[in-house]
Amino acid sequence: MLEIDAKGAYYRDLNRQVREAVARGEKEIRLKNVNGQYYIGDGLRGASVITIEGVPGNDLAAFMDGPTLRVKGNAQDNIANTMNSGKVIIEGNAGDVLGYGMRGGKLHIRGSVGYRVGIHMKGMKKQAPTIIVGGCAGDFFGEYMAGGVLILLGLDDRDGAPLVGDYLGTGMHGGVIYVRGEVDKDICGAEVGVMDPDDEDRKVLMESLTEYCKDFGLELEEVMKKGFKKLVPVSSRPYGNLYAY
Amino acid sequence: MDHDYQKDISGCGLTGLISRKRQRKSGGDIVKSLCLMNDRGNGLGAGYAAYGIYPEFKDFYAFHIMYDDPSVRWTAEEYLRNNYHIEKIEEIPTFPVKAIPISPLLVRYFMRPLKDKMVGDVQEEDFVVNSVMKVNSEIEGAYIFSSGKNMGAFKGVGNPCDIAEFFRIEEYEGYIWTAHTRFPTNTPGWWGGAHPFTLLDWSIVHNGEISSYGINKRYLEMYGYRLTLLTDTEVAAYLLDLLIRRHGLDIPTACAALAAPFWKKIDAMDPEEREALTALRLTYGSALLNGPFSILFGHSKGLVGINDRIKLRPLVAASKDDMVYMASEESAIRAICPSPEKVWAPRAGDPVIVELED
Repeated sequence: MLEIDAKGAYYRDLNRQVREAVARGEKEIRLKNVNGQYYIGDGLRGASVITIEGVPGNDLAAFMDGPTLRVKGNAQDNIANTMNSGKVIIEGNAGDVLGYGMRGGKLHIRGSVGYRVGIHMKGMKKQAPTIIVGGCAGDFFGEYMAGGVLILLGLDDRDGAPLVGDYLGTGMHGGVIYVRGEVDKDICGAEVGVMDPDDEDRKVLMESLTEYCKDFGLELEEVMKKGFKKLVPVSSRPYGNLYAY
Repeated sequence: MDHDYQKDISGCGLTGLISRKRQRKSGGDIVKSLCLMNDRGNGLGAGYAAYGIYPEFKDFYAFHIMYDDPSVRWTAEEYLRNNYHIEKIEEIPTFPVKAIPISPLLVRYFMRPLKDKMVGDVQEEDFVVNSVMKVNSEIEGAYIFSSGKNMGAFKGVGNPCDIAEFFRIEEYEGYIWTAHTRFPTNTPGWWGGAHPFTLLDWSIVHNGEISSYGINKRYLEMYGYRLTLLTDTEVAAYLLDLLIRRHGLDIPTACAALAAPFWKKIDAMDPEEREALTALRLTYGSALLNGPFSILFGHSKGLVGINDRIKLRPLVAASKDDMVYMASEESAIRAICPSPEKVWAPRAGDPVIVELED
C-alpha cells in the first residue's frame, strides 16, 4: 500500500503522484491530510482502491473509469461528473451537482447531499449508473434524469429537514428514482409518476442496497423495513408541444 | 468612469468568519482560508473586510479612498475638509509585492461630519452616504471603497495572497472578517471592482451574477444611490443600506425581500405569513436579486450568509465555540478550523444570521 501525505499539496502535484502510482500498478493508495485538492481520481482508469482522509476538493472522480475511491469524511461539489465506471464511497455528507451526466459506476453516500444530485444522469441497458444517498437531498434531485438509478434512503434523524427538496425529478425523461418513504406529488416535476415498486424494482433495490449496506456496515433488513416509492417519467415527450403554439 | 455602464457578471470564491464574543482575530486566518480557494479566482481581484480593527478611532468614519492619480487627492480632500472634521489622515500601510507592480494611491481618513454642514433633518449616516456617492461619481479617479466605523475594506487587483501581503492584512485584528477572490468574466478587473463592496458599515462579498442588476440599479437611483463601480455586487451593498438602515426592515425581512420565496411557496403558507410575504414581494419587487448568488454580508452587529433561491452557487457553514464560519467550500473552513462542531449546507434562500453578543 502506498501512502501519500497531501498536507498543503497543490492539486496538480498530488494528482500527478496518484496517476503515476496507478500507472506503476499500485493497487492500494491512501491519501492523508487531504483538504480541498480538486480533481482527485479524474479520468483515472484501472482497478486501484484509493482511500481519502480529509475533505477532497470539487470535481472528485470526474470521468473516472474503474477505480474505487473511499472518502473518510465529507466531500464537496461536482462529484462523479460523467463518470464511466468504478465506485465512489463517501462516509460523510456531500455537496451539490453530484453525478452530473454520470454514465456508469456507483456513487454511495452515507450522509446527506445538496442540490441537483443525479442531474442529467444517463444509462443504456447494462451501462447504467447508480447513486445511493443515505441521508436527505436538496431540490432538483434527479433533474433532467435520462437513465440509471437514484435511491434516497433518509436513514437519519433529519432535525426537521424534508427528506427531499422541491422540483423532484423535474425534466426527468428516463431512469428511475426510489425514495424510502412517502412522496408528495406537489414537489415532483410535471412529467413524474409516483407509484409502488413491483417485484422487478424490489430486485434492483435488494441488489443495490446489499452492496451499499456492506460498504457502510449497515443492516439491510433495517433499511428494507420501510416502504419505497418509485418515480419514473410517465410522458415520453412532455414538452413536445412547447413550441407548437 | 461612466456610471451608466450596464454589464454585470462575476464568479468567485468567498469566505467569512465571526467571533460572537468579539474576540479579535488576526487577519492570518481569513487569508489562509481564502488562499486555499486561490483557483476559484483568476488574479483579477481579491479583497478583505474586517470589523473591530480601528478601536482607537471607533467613533470616526474610516474612509478608505483610492486615487488613480495623486493630483486627484487634493480635489477630494478639499471636499472632505469642507464637510468633515478630519481627525487623522494617513496612507494605508502597504508592503511592496512583486506581483502588484502598480496600484492606486491609497489613503485613509478618520472623520466626522461637520454639524453645520448637515442641513435640515439630514442624518449623519445619510450625509456620509451622500459624500460617498458624490465623490465616487463626480471626482474622476477618486473612489471611496470603505466608509464605516471601526471597520475597513482592503481590496485590489491581484491574487488573494498577494493582496493580503500588499495590505498587510495579518497585522489587523477584527472580530468579523470576510474575504473574496474574483473571477471577473465580462466586467473589468480593476481596483474598484474587487470585493468587498461597502457602504457605511455594510460590506458584501459575492459569488455569482446578479441578473436583475438593471432593475436594482434603476430602483436604487430613485433613492439617490449612484452606481459607479461597474459591477453587479454593488447593488447588494446599497440595497441593504436602503432596506435595513433607511426603511428599518430587520435582517430576516430584508433577506426575504432580496431572496424572496417563490410564489408557489408563498401560496402554501399560513394566511398571515402569506399576506406578509405577498406584501413584501409587491413592495420590494425591484429589490429582488435574481440570478445565481452566494453572498456574505458583514455589518457592525454581525455576519449574514445567503444564497439565491435555487442554490446556484455554493455556501457551506460551520461552527465551533463562539466562532461561525461560512465559505464557498468546506475545505476553506477546515483550513483554519480543522474540527468544527457542526458543518452544514444552508438551504437555498434561507439566510444564516449570526449576531455579535453585546
